[in-house]
Amino acid sequence: MIVEYSYYPGCSLQGSSSEYDHSIRAVCRALDIGMTELDGWTCCGASSAHALDESLSILLAAHNIDLADKVGKDILVGCAACFSRLKFAEKAMRDEPRRWAESKTAPSVGIVHIHDLLCEDRIMDKIKKLAVKPLKGLNVIPYYGCLTARPPKVVDAPNPENPQALDEIVKALGANLTPWSRKTDCCGGSFAISKTEIVRKLSGDLFEAAKHAGGDCIVTDCPMCQANLDSRQKEIAEERGIPLDMPVFFITELIALAFGIDNTQKWLAKHLVDPRPLLAQKDAI
Amino acid sequence: MSEQIIDLDRADSEMLEKLRTRGVKADACYQCLRCAAGCPVLSFMDIHPNRIVRMLQFGMDKEVLTSKAIWLCASCQTCTTRCPNEVDIAHMMDVLRQEALARGIPCPQPEVEKFHRAFLTAVKRGRVHELSMLAHYKLMTRRFTDDMALGMEMFKRGRMKLIPTRLLPTETMKKIFAKAKEGD
Repeated sequence: MIVEYSYYPGCSLQGSSSEYDHSIRAVCRALDIGMTELDGWTCCGASSAHALDESLSILLAAHNIDLADKVGKDILVGCAACFSRLKFAEKAMRDEPRRWAESKTAPSVGIVHIHDLLCEDRIMDKIKKLAVKPLKGLNVIPYYGCLTARPPKVVDAPNPENPQALDEIVKALGANLTPWSRKTDCCGGSFAISKTEIVRKLSGDLFEAAKHAGGDCIVTDCPMCQANLDSRQKEIAEERGIPLDMPVFFITELIALAFGIDNTQKWLAKHLVDPRPLLAQKDAI
Repeated sequence: MSEQIIDLDRADSEMLEKLRTRGVKADACYQCLRCAAGCPVLSFMDIHPNRIVRMLQFGMDKEVLTSKAIWLCASCQTCTTRCPNEVDIAHMMDVLRQEALARGIPCPQPEVEKFHRAFLTAVKRGRVHELSMLAHYKLMTRRFTDDMALGMEMFKRGRMKLIPTRLLPTETMKKIFAKAKEGD
């Protein structure tokens, strides 16, 4: 085991995005990254708490940092929204520990997003070694969305307009990294249910740009982005009169594919746009 | 908008002061329009974000608080990231939504508010069970047939969990919600 983390899956990863959770666990196991699910974790409040109630938004996320603080291990997060809310709470707890932290002192633990961990040199070396089935010929569009990049002062993003983590991983897996100009544009995530016309507009623009750039597929590390992009393609295609059939992967699914992890195809079968025909065409499965 | 007479005596509004206490320096804006230029939902908004800031500087609190725009902000944080004067516009939108609710202003985008309320009701159980939350939202909005086909597809592919993993003790959540009330 290299390191030990308290793993915070979050609600989506226990429901509609379970393949992200499963692939994170499998990839971390393969990379010998030790993690234990944070016992008693609760919802971070997502985009709804901060829209309606600021104190609640901090307290909901802070509770989980309090729990991790007692365990004494940094929190590893896969969901971009949970990561963002935990970072906001962490900053508040450091600024005003007496108000927000149960211990009344600044937390001893930090918040780590899975893509930053995977990009650490020692782990990247391991990824390159374990990628025994390189994803040759697959044109992959790296899509970060909003919440791991912005606001940089809160999420500590060194390069908010042009993040590199997914790019580096895609390259390490032997795929063709496909550059485009909308890496961090919003997909309309917070309106996934309540304002689908906004999702269709924003996600539609992303797909047109991804196609224009020559991408076969999109890779992301946010369950909201993945769900939006994977599920709205049929409507977008009808509305815009364009053909659209672009698989949207979680980064850990691509890593699992390149590692040759057994369960990968089972996870891919849950996608609404089935990635398996594309992967078969590229000899990746 | 361009024909409206603005009463400058209303300047330095109550809202501007409230934003100051919440760490948003809306008075620092010099209308560079970077927020509007980068805003992904601009075409859906009735008042553009830069104008919201300007209107607050003119004391037009009521106009701002009744706008659709504050509910259509996607919280993507692009404006906050790019503002050269460090006006935290995304945070400003949160404060404006919260103030509109506190003043009892009916939300002009009711489905947005109802979704947030359905979500927060679900949070009270500790973790959000998506299917229960969606059912609650549909009851609140009476939009039963929206996304039916998509829901069935997701169900078929095992993306909809029928039963929550486990019920967590809600004492913790009760305490958190009660403490949040004190803090407001």
